[in-house]
Amino acid sequence: MSLDKATVRRIAHLARIDVPDADLEPLAQELSGIMNWIEQLKEVNTDAVAPMTGGTDMKPAWRKDAVADGAQAEKVLSNAPERHDSFFAVPKVVE
Amino acid sequence: MTDLTRFTIAQAREHLRKKDFSALELADAHIKAMETHRDLNAFIVETADLARERAKESDFRIKSGNALPLDGIPLGIKDLFCTEGVQTTAGSHILKGFRPNYESTVSQKLRDAGSVMLGKLNLDEFAMGSSNKTSYYGHVKNPWKARGHATELVPGGSSGGSAAAVSAHLAMGATGTDTGGSIRQPAAFCGIVGVKPTYGRCSRWGIVAFASSLDQAGPMTRTVRDAAIMLNVMTGHDPKDSTSMPTKMPDVEAVLGQGVKGLRIGVPKEYRPAGLNAEVGALWDKGAQWLKDAGAEIVEIDLPHTKYALPTYYIVAPAEASSNLARYDGVRYGLRVPGKSLDDMYAKTRAEGFGKEVKRRILIGTYVLSAGYYDAYYLKAQKVRALIAQDFEKAFGKVDAILTPTAPTAAFGLNDKVDDPVAMYLNDVFTVPASLAGIPGASVPAGLNAHGLPLGLQVLTKRWDEATLFRVCQVLEDAAKFPGLRGGA
Repeated sequence: MSLDKATVRRIAHLARIDVPDADLEPLAQELSGIMNWIEQLKEVNTDAVAPMTGGTDMKPAWRKDAVADGAQAEKVLSNAPERHDSFFAVPKVVE
Repeated sequence: MTDLTRFTIAQAREHLRKKDFSALELADAHIKAMETHRDLNAFIVETADLARERAKESDFRIKSGNALPLDGIPLGIKDLFCTEGVQTTAGSHILKGFRPNYESTVSQKLRDAGSVMLGKLNLDEFAMGSSNKTSYYGHVKNPWKARGHATELVPGGSSGGSAAAVSAHLAMGATGTDTGGSIRQPAAFCGIVGVKPTYGRCSRWGIVAFASSLDQAGPMTRTVRDAAIMLNVMTGHDPKDSTSMPTKMPDVEAVLGQGVKGLRIGVPKEYRPAGLNAEVGALWDKGAQWLKDAGAEIVEIDLPHTKYALPTYYIVAPAEASSNLARYDGVRYGLRVPGKSLDDMYAKTRAEGFGKEVKRRILIGTYVLSAGYYDAYYLKAQKVRALIAQDFEKAFGKVDAILTPTAPTAAFGLNDKVDDPVAMYLNDVFTVPASLAGIPGASVPAGLNAHGLPLGLQVLTKRWDEATLFRVCQVLEDAAKFPGLRGGA
């Protein structure tokens, strides 16, 4: 499976990573190399196989849907690059 | 004056309790070693003052007869564990200046057991790498060098700072994390013990996430006993991690003397491809012989899907990483690069904050999860993963443990050109299958190659059977009589 420049541009946008135009072609080649190597999985017959969706065979545990923590705005905001009062500040989203 | 950094954790524990020296003296010796060996670049942050403060608290408890299990033991913490008030970077520029207001469950448990944190250890960025060369904070040097050569070697990765610090006696032990071999491979490269327990043994809460269905914390130490002592403290149920095991792990220090008499040890033929490094193959045979001499039976086994483990991993891990790393957006913590709009700020921040390998994996992960490709790649990989896990299940119907090499080579040169990402990924060819299956694995230093560089042997057991894992490791350690960096562990 080869990735072209347009595909790299699209996935870079989906991943919200700015990729300069000049880097698209080399990146496409690099990612194609990895994807071509991954193609070998097609050889494996997985018709009757259920996917392994996690790292454990344990049944997910239930817990009470209760508040266990909270009301720590100062702590939550202490690493904010920019804040106003008790809010994270970001560039204007709504015109 | 005795060099206090030469002791193992088990020895230091005894000396501290007998008051042969104080926890503060022990901390000071390690702080001095850490400062003297800054050239290794093993630590991203040193916390000498905090270490002295905690050592004094340990001395107080020891004096009053209330010593905790790890009281006064100086440890390094991989900089992937969130530590309260102490910068946590994951080796990435994007977490610039991040100081968590909370402590990861594993580092909290080590703290509650009285251990003394020396600092935060360097790693590949977001634990993605096998050489420690992807860290934003610079590469770590392996304290080992080939006999008669000045060439600097990599410590392995991603827990390269942890492995280097423990190997060079800067810390008595360290935490590592292992997603595809990140504890075991650097342990082998630096001649120390590294244990990845069963997925679910250690809580993942407060550990910067890479691939959530694979990430698992574990100890890195100079002896098997020390690893057992640390792991006994690190494990346990945590309501904050829904995948953590509710029942307690059996005491793995208590089983160390039990030997391997009567155990069946599997040797998988798929781990001996044509072209396997001759010294690695010979050491593997030697390891099997040691176990046989100790009364185990060696059985050849099949793990037929082994060759598909790496490509499976390079779908599953990047897919999970692309999702986990979506949180780094410049809004709540770390680096922010201003942009014209919110979207522009995200894209610029992530472009500047992530390194090359991390971006590569995010893009691969985004691609395999994107519309139209999910079934062909991600779902397919999850199915092959199931087959790999079934291989192990079948094998453990016949054997109690599996013995393999840890890595295909000894440590390679820091300046060796590895331009092809896939060539770098091959470092983890022997460690990744166990990660996918979620089973425990450990690397034990077992010998030196012709150039005097450490080689490790890997032991694997079935889920939740760390007891057998440690029994086998102890027998290998006893037989190998590995010299350690200083010519004596």
